[in-house]
Amino acid sequence: MSQRLRIVLVDDHAMVRAGVRAELGDEFDIVGEAADVDEAIRVITAAQPDVVLLDVHLPGGDARAVLDACLPQVPATRFLALSVSDAPEDVVATVRGGARGYVTKAIDGPDLREAVRRIADGDAVFSPRLAGFVLDAFSGGPAEKDDEIDRLSPREQEVMRLIARGYTYREVASELVLSIKTVETHVSAVLRKLQLSDRRELAKWAAGRRIV
Amino acid sequence: MSTTIPAPRAARPVTGRWVAGVAAGLARHLRLPLWLVRVAFVALAFAGGIGIVLYAAFWAVLPLDAPGDEADVAAARSSDTARLLALAAVVVGIGLLLTALGVEIVSGAVIPLIVAVFGAALIWRQTDDEQRDTWSRAAGRAARHTAGTAASAGRWRLATGIGLVVLALVALVASRTSPAEALQGLALALLLVGGVALVGFPWLYRAWRDASEQRRALIRSEERAEIAAHVHDSVLQTLTLIQRFASDPAEVTRLARTEERQLRSWLYAPTGDPDRTLAAALERDAATIEADYGASIDVVTVGDAALDARLGALVAAAREAMVNAAKHGGGSVSLYAEFLADSAEVFVRDRGGGFDLDAVPDDRLGIRESIVGRMERNGGTATVRSAGGQGTEVHLRMPRRVQEAT
Repeated sequence: MSQRLRIVLVDDHAMVRAGVRAELGDEFDIVGEAADVDEAIRVITAAQPDVVLLDVHLPGGDARAVLDACLPQVPATRFLALSVSDAPEDVVATVRGGARGYVTKAIDGPDLREAVRRIADGDAVFSPRLAGFVLDAFSGGPAEKDDEIDRLSPREQEVMRLIARGYTYREVASELVLSIKTVETHVSAVLRKLQLSDRRELAKWAAGRRIV
Repeated sequence: MSTTIPAPRAARPVTGRWVAGVAAGLARHLRLPLWLVRVAFVALAFAGGIGIVLYAAFWAVLPLDAPGDEADVAAARSSDTARLLALAAVVVGIGLLLTALGVEIVSGAVIPLIVAVFGAALIWRQTDDEQRDTWSRAAGRAARHTAGTAASAGRWRLATGIGLVVLALVALVASRTSPAEALQGLALALLLVGGVALVGFPWLYRAWRDASEQRRALIRSEERAEIAAHVHDSVLQTLTLIQRFASDPAEVTRLARTEERQLRSWLYAPTGDPDRTLAAALERDAATIEADYGASIDVVTVGDAALDARLGALVAAAREAMVNAAKHGGGSVSLYAEFLADSAEVFVRDRGGGFDLDAVPDDRLGIRESIVGRMERNGGTATVRSAGGQGTEVHLRMPRRVQEAT
């Protein structure tokens, strides 16, 4: 890696931040940490990091508030949602708010480092659970408007199913006899659909989200 | 508890009374001089006997201010109804007797009035009780049960009171033959009811407001207690266990993982009844196997279906596959279940060294019998293969018959 990636950690628990910092190792530069929404916005806009690891639930709001405030100001920064929450509405709302991926805090060190590198490259990171949500949301009957954005292509569906089955991008590529780059392109396309589609299920999840 | 009550409740004191303590109790409750109340009763007694009837009515409905404990009060309260009925019978009996004898001590106009006063007194007594109930409810959850039964008895009492007032109105109107007199009677009754309402309204309102505030506070404190109880039973217990097993990383991981799963399903409402739906059944089995084998099983489900015999077999096969993966798969297992229109599919994958199905000896019934055999007997298929170059993946597929889809 020619240039070390600059990271900001946002989580209201110092223990979690310390844990994530340890998992990331010394491959990255941690240039800032924040514990609530206001602090996160201040730190992120000041440091302009490559990647922000963002907790979904924060004091003073949630990941959505941070994304809304920061994305226009730091367009080059990529956000990876990191949460213990499994509630679909939390996941979907955060991804639709602009996060390029979602991983649970149970992720192990190598997988987390891989996810950060992938996010920094502009790719999307889907955990098995997020892939499951996507399949669920896009499978439920025909969309109101039969737009391309409201449907998954057969290939995208295959990729999502393999990710949901616990396959890494590399394993998906070897399974489907594709290049990793192609897998990444499919995943990014799904991410775009997830963010832009107005399928009823997605809207419902986003609207029905509750703050725990 | 009486020190917390802002206004003395209407009750007949045992001490400092002349007859039955009605005047003393009312004076204390209304914060009027005792002599004034007594004079009022005496004066009313000469006005067609209203004072006497009024006194009797209050005597019947006002509880005795017994200094005893809750049991005494409860006993006194349960005897109220009998006392009330007896008094009503006596009053009606005397009234009928006097009327039969042609002695018009109690004039026709007064009878409905008496009934109305009796009703109003009942209502009064009832609002007082409700207020007291809310106080006792706030004082302790233990009182909740008794307060609940008292409330249902109170509703009857309130209904009776209102009924009596209405009856009085009707009687008053009906007893008048000429329209002018009927009008007069109606006006009198309205005046009476209006007066009672005027006196009672602020009181009723205050009681209602007190009650709803108390209820809100109660709900809040109950929620807090429930969360505290849950945290104590689960998280704190687990943390204690983790400290005890600090030297055993596998056990600590198992405890933490189990606790995480339980807390998560508590926070984010479980997917459903594990005895009824496929997704919930798989989640439950995964949780059990995680706890038993110290593995971590990531369950992702898409869609759901009601359990039937065939899907039950699918769940059983998936459980065997999970056990196998947890035992031999090196700790991390993924389960993906998808319920499509024509079939239900489950993938169980681990990241262990993998194994060759044909190389498994025949006496090891695990995979051959409980996974493959079970699926095939129920019309499904099971395949085991090396996945993506590493680990093992068990693929279970159970077709869903069309007639079963309905």
